[in-house]
Amino acid sequence: MGKGKAYNTPEKVGGKGIMKGLLKGLLRLFVAVMLVFMMLPLFMVISDSLMGKQELLETCGAVFSDYGGEARFRVFPMYPTLRAYVRLLLDSPEYFVAFWNSVFQTCGVVAGQLLVSVPAAWAFARFRFPGRRLLWILYLLLMLLPFQVTMVSGYLVLNTAGLMDTRAAVILPGIFSTLPVFILQKTFAGLPAEVVEAAKLDGAGNFRIFLHIGIPMGFTGIFSIVILSFLEYWNAIEQPMTYLKTEALWPLSLYLPRMVSEEIMTAFAASVVTLLPALFLFFSGQENLEQGIMLSGMDAPDVK
Amino acid sequence: MRRQRQKILRRKWIPILRNKREKQEARSGYLFLLPSLTGTCGFVLLPFADVVRRSFTKAAGGFVGLENYRLVLKNEAFRLAAGNTVKFMLICLPLLLGLSLFMAVLVNQAVHFGKWVKTVFLLPMAIPAASVVVFFQMVFDGEGWLNRLVSFFGISGKDWLKEDSAFWVLVVCYIWKNLGYDMILWLAGLLAIPEAQYEAAKVQGAGQWSCFRYITLPQLGETVFAAGLLSFVNAFRVFREAYLLAGDYPHESIYMLQHLFNNWFVNLDIQKMTAAAVLLVLMTGGILWGRERRITRRKRLEERVL
Repeated sequence: MGKGKAYNTPEKVGGKGIMKGLLKGLLRLFVAVMLVFMMLPLFMVISDSLMGKQELLETCGAVFSDYGGEARFRVFPMYPTLRAYVRLLLDSPEYFVAFWNSVFQTCGVVAGQLLVSVPAAWAFARFRFPGRRLLWILYLLLMLLPFQVTMVSGYLVLNTAGLMDTRAAVILPGIFSTLPVFILQKTFAGLPAEVVEAAKLDGAGNFRIFLHIGIPMGFTGIFSIVILSFLEYWNAIEQPMTYLKTEALWPLSLYLPRMVSEEIMTAFAASVVTLLPALFLFFSGQENLEQGIMLSGMDAPDVK
Repeated sequence: MRRQRQKILRRKWIPILRNKREKQEARSGYLFLLPSLTGTCGFVLLPFADVVRRSFTKAAGGFVGLENYRLVLKNEAFRLAAGNTVKFMLICLPLLLGLSLFMAVLVNQAVHFGKWVKTVFLLPMAIPAASVVVFFQMVFDGEGWLNRLVSFFGISGKDWLKEDSAFWVLVVCYIWKNLGYDMILWLAGLLAIPEAQYEAAKVQGAGQWSCFRYITLPQLGETVFAAGLLSFVNAFRVFREAYLLAGDYPHESIYMLQHLFNNWFVNLDIQKMTAAAVLLVLMTGGILWGRERRITRRKRLEERVL
């Protein structure tokens, strides 16, 4: 994989050099194999989505319908066609209902999370108040708990409020997820203190400092939250599965698997269309996403 | 010394706001926290108090003490699911952390394609489980690609998802999805180590391995914890793949706590659910508490050294 910098030591001559070269070659081979392994699922789904009906039956029919024989492995479609996409776009209204459900659900959660978790993270990062450490540990704990544990309490509330089986049932609990607070706290705590102090001296109030300094300077972190949350809720399965009974409200993540069992012809194309928004966001914000993940791993400015 | 510590302790638990400025700061802090805290209280904390209460009662009401807990701990399905979940964590976390650290070290050294490798490794994170589940079915089905591959070597095929191998299928899914995320976490830790330390070591004739062993590893301590924590969170999400691949009742080797909770929920077995939820909260809280104690102990040590 590329030219390894490998701590630019002067190469020793002779047998050791050959061994080193061999090792380097092996490492590169390993990375190359890993790259293929990582890319393969995406590549195959896209490739299969471009196949016509007959070809698709020949490659996948053995697995998904009673075509018989064995699955065939084909890297590229022999007769590429966009027919599956055309059929999906023109002929499957349910798919689009699910698509918009996904959009609603994801955008609702992400927007709500921003409104709630950005100020909360600012509070943890910039102010000292009684109970801060305790609340922080509580937030950490809530972040760590799997959905299945908080599902019980969520159900109790939603049931009492009569919100079960509505869009709000997925969106509202999602808004108060504490993971964004955790990541953003690190962003805000890392901001240079001098800037805030300077603004304070200029007579800016707490709210103005937050609005005009905190948000612009923490933009990387905020954007990475948007991407992380979007990917998380675009992919959410547990929450809609638990809280939504009406199939007309189902998001793509629940609807798609059903399509696979019913309609293999468009299933691959539907899979590709489903991952397009996520992929688009991923590529538009990859730098920010990396920064955000790095921040979540750093321990330095913790809440003391 | 002792008195000082007591003072600090008192200061920590019974905070005394000394002057107007501190009071004002506290008030602003609460104000910024208010929306989040309200929601958290409303959706998680208060209902969780109800969950705790219910875990001690019968379905029809009435205090039963620890009966629900006894039922849960004796429950065959709970034991199977808890065992599987623990097994999954114990195998996957070290495997993922080790492999991603290895990749991070490699990427950190290879300058030219580092960006590409990062992109490709992070990509699975963006791919919804529902989109690739078709692919995994194609691979692991009885008539799937993997069987064609192994039949090449004269091994007879099987339906990988309906035997004990299902567990390993899930391990592969988990590693595939999280390798990039953890790699970036490690990279954050690696980049924080000053280059000068390696230079100094090299001048003294240290090889690559000793550089890694004595400079890199000791300074990754905190990254290990953060990466471990986030991988732990993500490990529970492997339920998505498991559910989409194998449904409500998969092969028993991948019947996890998540499946169990889900099935209890469908059957409205609230009593068992509440008790099990309390148990899980206690366990997770215990891990966090252990870390808290470690941090305070270290701080005290540092204070003593200074």
